[in-house]
This record gives sequence, structure tokens and C-alpha cells, in this order.
Amino acid sequence: MRLEARTNPSRAAMLAAPFGAILFTLLVCALLVAWAGAPVGRTYALLFEGAFGSRFAISETLTRATPLILTGLAAAISFRAHFYNIGAEGQLYMGALAAVAIGGQGAALSNLPAGLVFATMMLGGALAGALLLLGPAVLKIRLGVDEVVTTLLLNFIALLFVSMMLDGPMKDPLAMGWPQSVALDPAHEFSRLMERSRVHSGLLLACVLAVLLWVVQRFTTFGLQMRAVGANARGAAFAGLPVRRVVLACALISGALAGLAGLGEVAGRTGYVTLDMSPGYGYTGIVIAMLAGLHPVGVIVSALFVAGTLVGADSMSRAVGVPNYISDVIVATALLSMLVATLFTRYRVRWGRA
Amino acid sequence: MTDASVVLRLSGITKRFGSLLANDAVSLELRAAEVLALLGENGAGKSTLMSILFGHYVADAGCIEVFGKPLPPGDPAAALAAGVGMVHQHFTLADNLSVLDNVMLGTEPLWQPFSRRRAARGRLLATASRFGLEVDPDARVGGLSVGERQRVEILKALYRGARILILDEPTAVLTPQESERLFATLGELVRQGLSLIFISHKLDEVLRVSNRVAVLRGGKLVAEVPAAGIGRDRLAELMVGRVVERPVRVRRAAGAVVLQLENVFTPRVRGQGSLNDVSLAVRAGEIVAIAGVSGNGQEALADLCCGVVAASEGAVAIGGERMVADPRAWVARRVARVPEDRHAVGVIGDLPVWENAVSERLHTPAFSRLGWIRRGPARRFARALVETHDVRLSGIDVPTRSLSGGNMQKLILGRALSVGDQVAAGAPPVLIVANQPTWGLDVGAVAGIHGKLLAAAGHGAAILIISEDLDEIFAIADRVAVMYKGALGAVRPVEQWTLAAIGLAMAGNPAGETLEASDAA
Repeated sequence: MRLEARTNPSRAAMLAAPFGAILFTLLVCALLVAWAGAPVGRTYALLFEGAFGSRFAISETLTRATPLILTGLAAAISFRAHFYNIGAEGQLYMGALAAVAIGGQGAALSNLPAGLVFATMMLGGALAGALLLLGPAVLKIRLGVDEVVTTLLLNFIALLFVSMMLDGPMKDPLAMGWPQSVALDPAHEFSRLMERSRVHSGLLLACVLAVLLWVVQRFTTFGLQMRAVGANARGAAFAGLPVRRVVLACALISGALAGLAGLGEVAGRTGYVTLDMSPGYGYTGIVIAMLAGLHPVGVIVSALFVAGTLVGADSMSRAVGVPNYISDVIVATALLSMLVATLFTRYRVRWGRA
Repeated sequence: MTDASVVLRLSGITKRFGSLLANDAVSLELRAAEVLALLGENGAGKSTLMSILFGHYVADAGCIEVFGKPLPPGDPAAALAAGVGMVHQHFTLADNLSVLDNVMLGTEPLWQPFSRRRAARGRLLATASRFGLEVDPDARVGGLSVGERQRVEILKALYRGARILILDEPTAVLTPQESERLFATLGELVRQGLSLIFISHKLDEVLRVSNRVAVLRGGKLVAEVPAAGIGRDRLAELMVGRVVERPVRVRRAAGAVVLQLENVFTPRVRGQGSLNDVSLAVRAGEIVAIAGVSGNGQEALADLCCGVVAASEGAVAIGGERMVADPRAWVARRVARVPEDRHAVGVIGDLPVWENAVSERLHTPAFSRLGWIRRGPARRFARALVETHDVRLSGIDVPTRSLSGGNMQKLILGRALSVGDQVAAGAPPVLIVANQPTWGLDVGAVAGIHGKLLAAAGHGAAILIISEDLDEIFAIADRVAVMYKGALGAVRPVEQWTLAAIGLAMAGNPAGETLEASDAA
């Protein structure tokens, strides 16, 4: 068996690939569900119902999708420029911490207009995420240090730093000893998008940013430079494109998006920072970006899929005896199937000896 | 048909890749002790045919007989065992091993507890002396010259008992002297009864070394003729399928100095040659060619003259104005740049053709405003470029990697020759820097590109060509210099060079240098 490159991968095949991958994933996971002794059809029906079946389910899925869209975008933009930012998790926590550091000052801010504080908070969250990526980006550009290693390891540093702050200077004295930060003033939180739910306007921000990034990628010189540098840095340098500047800019934008994800969680959902605030949103963002084929608008769709799976699996596991870990399996299988499906759009398999 | 002298018979070989018919019922015979040249343009099906013979591909139809016995399809080991050996254009040697290790590699069974080096050494030396291929079995392959490495490749095949040897573009990487030596070796092999298939697109060579010539075109065998009594032009015509018009040279007067390099050094990069005190002046209306075996600093020279790398010492100027290493500044100075590796450097294969067409001038007001791409003008420019330079494609939105090498080169050259947003402005570029502009292109495309370069020189452009192809250099250059180990020899008019003198200089032979020095004085 061997692979032969297709000269002209068809557009239809590329669009069909993610759906084929998800269908295949559901088939594979059906085996696991059956193995767990649960009825496959009912399990999937319950999973779907738990994700999209009611107003509450939809609102939960949308809430969960909000940070995932942002971390998905963070991965999509940096991967597009061939800068592999694996550190969105750390950047997310730094963004969250910065949000509280600015918005949690309590009385000191009460005289300032809420809009100004909120804008500063957003800027601070984005900046905190971006700054965490500045080091790896500069090391990569100047010295060729592998960014996968540096960004991945920075996650642990960032998390321990957050832990230190939550147990030290930023600890909420009223939290009865729990390591959590002071809460934001409700005046500085995102507004609700849906009544009696946790969906907040951070979702709107995420969607606007996704569309904006798509427009930038497609219609601006920076977007073309970004795609060029990612596809072939040597060729881009020969054509005179500012390769280093483009990589640095993409890295900083990526960090800022992940920082905003953290800010959104604090300002839209929890109100304060804890160490278990993100169940790996930063890492899941990578899966989401890959599922979307790094397309910014596709990120919204794939984030909804992943969020729906996570939320749906929770409620499904309560009804039938399938552990909610099935959602992790589904997401991971979807990623692998997607990678294989992409391979098939670009290559065809020939049987017979090479 | 049981002709005893036929050692290899391909009958009706057909191979399809999707809609492409790579080999269409090709039948060939190789006789004992003869050299059969296999001639054809890129994509004519030479490589596919040899891959089928060698078991890398399985033919859709047809069969192969070696020494009268059918060869099982799709089994490289069977081809080797039947006595078919291949010398690839890109050597398949391990640089960090000795010659003996390389030759033995893969010849010993895995379960044999000790390597039988002594016996192998004896056999290698015997084979070497029998065919007059002297080598030091203990030399590290990494330290050998290209010609010596090729000898090791040939020895490797002979050591494995090859009676039929296929040589794929064997002279592409050799200096003229090394080629001479190869031809002598080939003669000796044939005298000892071996049969050779010689794949090449250099017509003069083909006519010299072969007994018969088989020409492939578009996957079909279009001719199988004795080499004696057929002319070069006729062969070219058979290969291309039409009469090839070779560009005509006219004498031009050289004008003012355009590109000036003064005592330039470039930083050392590992695994690459760097420039070592290079001075050079290229005048308006002349074509200066830099010859040399690759890896002697040509890449550094090209990068320097394309504005990609900076000189660590010395000055680079265009029209008296000192230049910095910034491709945009060079393009703005109307320098047309054609890089060596068109796939990896010249274009960004994943991007559509129209984006590649404007990539060098994306930042200019012609193609962008306030950070937004002006898609209309950019796409119009790309369409005009494709039309003017006859780039064959199905649309300007296709990924550039889907273009053939020749069309990609036309796109790159067309982009380079444009001025501002004008594809065919009256004034040509001030300077054209082209590194291996016709590498790997077929005869027709080569003629087209040479024609464009000569026309630009006729309009007063200064042209610097870096090439390993001596035919190309003699075809279009006005002045020639040879680069060796980062240093540039004297630049002399092309009439003062002979093939032999260039070959000596390429090998760094001091005799060549003194000859040059005395002539230049």
C-alpha cells in the first residue's frame, strides 16, 4: 500500500472531509458504547439531546464553546504561520489573572466609568496572553529555539505563577482559605446574552473576532503574508516579505486571543480565578483548530461540535451507564479521523507493492 | 523471436497515473555489449519506464524479459538478482561510511554473525581493477569528489554482479573532464560485455557514447535509430515533436557598469559555500555567466545579488548606489530575480498563482492600499502576466504547485521582468540575476527562456547568470568566470574559453588558473 499525491485536491472533498471524519468517529465510538453495555442509538440520542435538545442544553453548549472558539482561533492563527503555540492554556490563565488584577480592585475603581475599566481589563487580558508568548516568539525568531517546547513548558510556569498569586497577594480573604482570587465587580462583567442562562456576550466577541480574522487572512496584505510565511518561509523571504515580523505578529495575536479566552471565563462565567477554571481549554483549542482545517470561521463550528460533545456527554452519562470520558474519546478520535481525512483529500491510496 | 544477443526486452509496457498515460505500449530491446541512449524531455516517461524495469512501479500492461527470463513485476530485488544495476542521478551513498561499507551495504544477510570484510575487500579491488575504476576502499565517501562518488555507485552495481547498467543523467553533475573519464569507463564496461542504458537530454553526449538512440515523447516510443548518421537537430526535433528554434545571438555593445561587487565576503553558513573576496562588474547589455560545480559559493553569490543575504565585508552596488539586503529594495531598483529552486524559493506552492504573481510587489501602492490587497488590479496583473508569458494553466486561482516546472519558471521570470504593475513595460529591468534558470526544463522551454534573456540584454539589461550547464553558458553568455571554493576566477569573454579550460577551472586546477591569469593579463 502506498500514497500517491493528488495533483488537484477537489474543493468538495476538502469540505466533505470534516463531516466524513465525524461520521467515522461516531461509528468507532459506537463500538465503545456497545462495549460499555449501553444501547448505541439511545446513547447518541441522549448525547445530542444533552448538547442541543433544550434551551438549557443549548445555553450550556454555547457557554462552553465561548472559550473554545477563542483558544481555537489562537491555535488556528499561529499554526497558519507555522508557529506552533501549544501554550494557550498558560496564556488563558494569565489573561484571567490580568482581568482580575485590573477589574478586581473593588472600591478603587468605583469612581471610574465602567466602560473604561472594562476596556482596560480586555486590553490587560489580551496583553497578558501576548506577553507570555513574546519570549518563545523572540527565541524562535532570533535563535531558532523550538517553540513547541518553550510554549508547552511555559504552561507549567504560568500555572504555578497563578497558583502562587492565588495563595498569596491575590488571594480572596473572604474565600475561607480556598485558593481563589477576589471577584470582579459585577459592573465589569460581560452582559448576559440569554435570560436565565450563563451565555454571555463573550460569545459575540469570539464570533466577531473569528470573522474578523477570516477577513484579515483573505483580504489584507498581512493575511497574505501570514499564509505565505506559513506555507513557505524561504519563498516568502525571497519575495521580500517581512518573515520575522509576520511570525512575531501572529504569535502575539495568538497569545492575545488565548488571553481573551481567560478573560471571558472570568468576566463572563466565574467572576474570579481558580486553578481548576479551565479543563484544558488551551489544549482543546488545538484540536478545534485542526478540525476546522485552521479556518477561522470553521473554528466556530468545530468549537460548537466539541462543546456540544462535552456538555452532551455529561448529561448522557447520568442517564445511561457510559462514563462521560466518552466525550474525550470522541474528540480525540475526531481529531485523528480529521487528520486522516485531510490526508485522503491530498493523496490517494494505491494498493499493491511499491 | 529468440535473438540470443538481446539481453533485455521490454514489450508493450503501459503505465497510467490517473488520466496521465506515462508509458504507452513501449517496446524496447537492449542487445549485448551496446549502449542504448534513452532520450526524452521531462515527463516523456523515461523515469517511469526505468522505475518499472527496476520494480519500483508495476506496469498496467506489458512484460519484461532479462536474459531471456521473464522478470516478476514490482520486485526491486528481482531486478538486482537478474543482473540489472542502476546508477541514479542523485547518488544513494551514505556519506559517513567508507567506500567498502557503502558497497557492502545490503549485500550481507542479517543473520550472518560477522561481516566478511576481507573477502568483500578482495572482491571490490578485483572488480575495480578489472574495469579500471581505481578507488580507495577505506576512503570516506563524504570526502570524495562528485566524479569519484559516481565511480563508487558504478562499482556498487558491478560488485552486485550487474550485467546491465542503467545510468540516469550521469553527466549532469560532472565537469567536462570527469565526463570524459566516465565515457572511458563506459567504453571499458561495454568492451567487457556489459550492456548500458544511458539516460540523458544532452544531445552531443548521447551521440558520442551510444550505439542506438531511443526517443520517448509523451509516453510513446517515437524513434529507435542508430546513433551513427543522425544529427543533433534531428534528435532535438524528435524529442520535442517540432523544430526547435534556437535563439539567435547578436553582438551587443556593453554599456555602463550596473552591478558592482567589490571584495565581497559573505558569512559562513554550515553546509554551504560562502564568498571569499569576490569582485565582479556586470555592464548594461551584457550577459555574464558564472560557471562552477555546485556548492562552491554560487548560492551565496545568488542570494547576495538577489538582496536576500548581506555581505559581511565589501560593497555591493547597483548603478553606483550601495545596496542593502532587502529584496524589496532590489525589486524597487528594478532587479529581476530568478532563484535556483523554483519550487522551494521561487514560489509559494500552496498559494494561488495570482498571489504569487504579485508577492514581490505586494507592498507597493499598485497592489495594496492601507493594508488591504487591491484584488482587482492584482488579479488583472496576474492574468496579463500569464497571457504575456504564455504560462499554461487552468486559471489564476489554482495552487501554484500544480504548475509544471516550465510554466512555473515562466511565471517567475514573467514576474521578475515586469515593472511596477505593468507586465510588459517598454523598459526592461536594469539587472537580471538568474540562478540555474533552465535547470530541469525541456528543450522547448529552455529555448524560450534563453530567448527572453537575450531579448532583455538587447534592450540594455545587465544579466548575471549562474549555471552549471556549460551548454547554456556557451549558448548565451558574453563573458564567463568560474567559481571555485568561494573565489571567482578571471572574467573572460566567452570566445577565450574552451570546454577544457572551464573544466579545469571548475575542478580548481591551478593549471587552469594560470592559464586564465596569463590570458587575462
